[in-house]
Amino acid sequence: MLLNPDEWQALRLSLEVALWSLIWNLPVAIAVAWVLVRRRFPGRTLLDAFVHLPLVLPPVLTGYLLLVLFGARGPIGGWLLRTFGIHLIFTTAGTVLAVAVMTFPLLVRAIRLTLEGVDAGLEEAARTLGAGPLDRFFSIALPLMLPGILAGAVTAFAAGLGEFGAVITFVSNIPGVTRTLPLALYTALQTPNGDAIAVRLALTSFTLGLAGLVLSEWLARTLRNQLGRGNLNA
Amino acid sequence: MLDIDVHKQRGAFAARVSFTSSTPGITALFGRSGSGKSTTIHMIAGLLRPDAGHIRIDGTVLFDSARGIDVPAEERGIGYVFQDARLFPHLSVRDNLRYGMRRARGRAPTLQFAEVVELLGLQPLLARRPAGLSGGERQRVAIGRALLAQPRLLLLDEPLAAIDVARRGELLPYLEMLRDRFSLPMVYVSHQFEEVLRLAGDMVVLEQGAVAGHGDVVTMSHFPVLRDIIGAESLGAVVEGRIEEFEGASDLALIRVGSGALRVESAGLRPGQRVRVQLLARDLILATASPSGLSVRNSLAGRITALEPDGARAWLVSTDVGGVTLMVRVTDEARGALDLAVGQSAWVLVKAVSLRGHVFSGSPRVAAPPA
Repeated sequence: MLLNPDEWQALRLSLEVALWSLIWNLPVAIAVAWVLVRRRFPGRTLLDAFVHLPLVLPPVLTGYLLLVLFGARGPIGGWLLRTFGIHLIFTTAGTVLAVAVMTFPLLVRAIRLTLEGVDAGLEEAARTLGAGPLDRFFSIALPLMLPGILAGAVTAFAAGLGEFGAVITFVSNIPGVTRTLPLALYTALQTPNGDAIAVRLALTSFTLGLAGLVLSEWLARTLRNQLGRGNLNA
Repeated sequence: MLDIDVHKQRGAFAARVSFTSSTPGITALFGRSGSGKSTTIHMIAGLLRPDAGHIRIDGTVLFDSARGIDVPAEERGIGYVFQDARLFPHLSVRDNLRYGMRRARGRAPTLQFAEVVELLGLQPLLARRPAGLSGGERQRVAIGRALLAQPRLLLLDEPLAAIDVARRGELLPYLEMLRDRFSLPMVYVSHQFEEVLRLAGDMVVLEQGAVAGHGDVVTMSHFPVLRDIIGAESLGAVVEGRIEEFEGASDLALIRVGSGALRVESAGLRPGQRVRVQLLARDLILATASPSGLSVRNSLAGRITALEPDGARAWLVSTDVGGVTLMVRVTDEARGALDLAVGQSAWVLVKAVSLRGHVFSGSPRVAAPPA
């Protein structure tokens, strides 16, 4: 089954967008997950709810909110445009932002779950052994969060490939710029005689999604086993 | 010298702990669960911030609320062996051991990796992950890890608690070796009096967040609050002495106690060794005339110094046997029949076999008690 150039372009764009959104998201998601699990502060519940908002809001509404905030006249978008000359609307960068916002909660949830299973006493022990806050984070917390980080990353990547509502609302459907896999699929369905294209794109999406989920499960299990028991061949 | 005087309010629980202990040697922090032992060592380690007070070690101020000093835990140089070992699961035993070594912050490496590995018998474990270790092995690694961070004080929080009762005995010799081999001051938290007897020179007794008593273990074995904590069955005077000689083929070793001598089973002992013996009050027999024709091997002559009621129908008779005081529990009826009174001459009889399991070798008082 071969894809035509337009379809390849959509697939490549999807992969690119999902990857970049993941790269931007990861450090922030790790930090937010850590803060949510390890710190007690006023407004923690609110932050928690805010992080998860994209999961429960209609994606179209998330896209609209992005439009309001990051549009050329929006408070953040206007500032970005004036200060750095960055356009987000109708651009690939904007697509990355929309996908990043939509997949952020998936990432935070996965990392958080792992971190909750990591005994905070280990970080205390590291303290008594002379490790400062950053040192403790990188030598203890981060490696132990790794299974969650990787599993979350794969899930978020796979979900990012398929993000539709927020993308089409925020950056529209421009071939080669913002038309990712699901948008191309949608376009094909709207086109007379586009069925064959639609089927090919659907199968591609299906394969990618399934592969992502299987990979995520496998990674999580492998890492858990490694931490769990056994000898090191070192 | 460890000098601590701290106050901490946690909900309804208030801890007000103040004591000083000489270095080196093991100071036991003894008390029931919930008496404030863990709270206290958490504050010493810097994992819990006292509301007020000070903590000093050998003149270095680690915490002083009046002067606004609070050295972070990672800069205190205080080793901590946790109840649950807390080994890092993603690191091999070798890397666990090296974790603190790499972060010793310029403290002179007096303890070498190879030496610690050998003393704690860790060589076969080095390549393994913590998850595959037994409870005792984990604690040995945890002790090694804490030692290699080159601490100036080592805190041990009931290191035997997470180990099967049957296997606790395996770790104790390592702790004894640690005490005898290194001049490292240690604070050992426990609610098992036997561990204290085996290991500690001094003990601080905590009750409801406050220091109820503090002194060397021999003196403290007579301390009233201790009786309440360890219970009547475990109550008994502790005596210390040196193994003087073995009596021929009789398998008995002689320890001088006061003006007399105590014969104990010699298995596991060697002449010249310092031992500590706990003489349970319930196992001792009191006679008002010099006994003869008895199978009992030990008879110590002395004078009754105190008579106290002990529970409903029993009495605790303190008898001085030449500078050492022993405690004997007698029934109310026996006290009446013998007409026991303070000042009276008495003989304390001890069956050698009753001391089985109550003779502790090693040198718990390597460190002289505070002058």
